[in-house]
Amino acid sequence: MAELIARTPCAGLLPLAVGGVDLTEESLGALTTLSPRRGQEAALSEALEAAHGMAFPAPNRTTGKAGARAIWFGRGQALLAGPEPDADLARLAALSDQSDAWAVVRLRGAGAVDVLARLVPLDLRAAAFRRGHTARSELAQMMASITRLGADDFQIMVFRSMAATLVGELKTAMEAVAARG
Amino acid sequence: MRISCPICGERDRREFHYRGAALTRPAPDAGEAAWDAYLHLRDNPAGATRELWYHETGCGAWVVVTRNTLTHEMPGCELAAEAAR
Ligand SMILES: [Zn+2]
Repeated sequence: MAELIARTPCAGLLPLAVGGVDLTEESLGALTTLSPRRGQEAALSEALEAAHGMAFPAPNRTTGKAGARAIWFGRGQALLAGPEPDADLARLAALSDQSDAWAVVRLRGAGAVDVLARLVPLDLRAAAFRRGHTARSELAQMMASITRLGADDFQIMVFRSMAATLVGELKTAMEAVAARG
Repeated sequence: MRISCPICGERDRREFHYRGAALTRPAPDAGEAAWDAYLHLRDNPAGATRELWYHETGCGAWVVVTRNTLTHEMPGCELAAEAAR
């Protein structure tokens, strides 16, 4: 077998620091979408709690914590980020391995919300979008998943093929926010 | 324009993709006239329309939107899966 060297989606592009804002790549571990089978929503949530310690998230919300998080990911769908999914979950949900399919970055620092305001058609200010809130929306015309992890702390996911565009758009917006001082 | 997705909440129109009029599909044996109308004939109302939109960069749901072509109001939005029942 050839020895293959894994490359992360943003290898060679990150980290970046502009003004007071840092952009870094995140490695979340296994990524699996969970789509409950019809009528199995409650049972799946219980099984997820038993196996990984978090309930199935409501729309626009996350459950769990760093290292093992469930992120609402669309209609009837959540993304389990961190652990390999317990085999029992497949009885109650359709599972799809997405581990290498997404570029995941973290935008942190005072002004992070101003950077996102230039790219995302959502009110992501703390009054409207609190810690643990998540949204599927667009970021500069890319389908994105955006989650607030803390004050001035956001996780952003887009398809892996768009990693360079994501970094480019964020860098331009970070520079524009920094230039305003 | 803003569309109130029943799942995501009120969102900007750019997250949605427009499909067309929300029609009821005729039965397979409904006859030529009914199928011709379903495939080819559209009203062009000045007022309320019902149309299908896809929440493309949001939750991925198909929704039936009520839109007023005179005022640009979008007073209604429901999941297409529920509207079809
Ligand atoms: Zn939606």
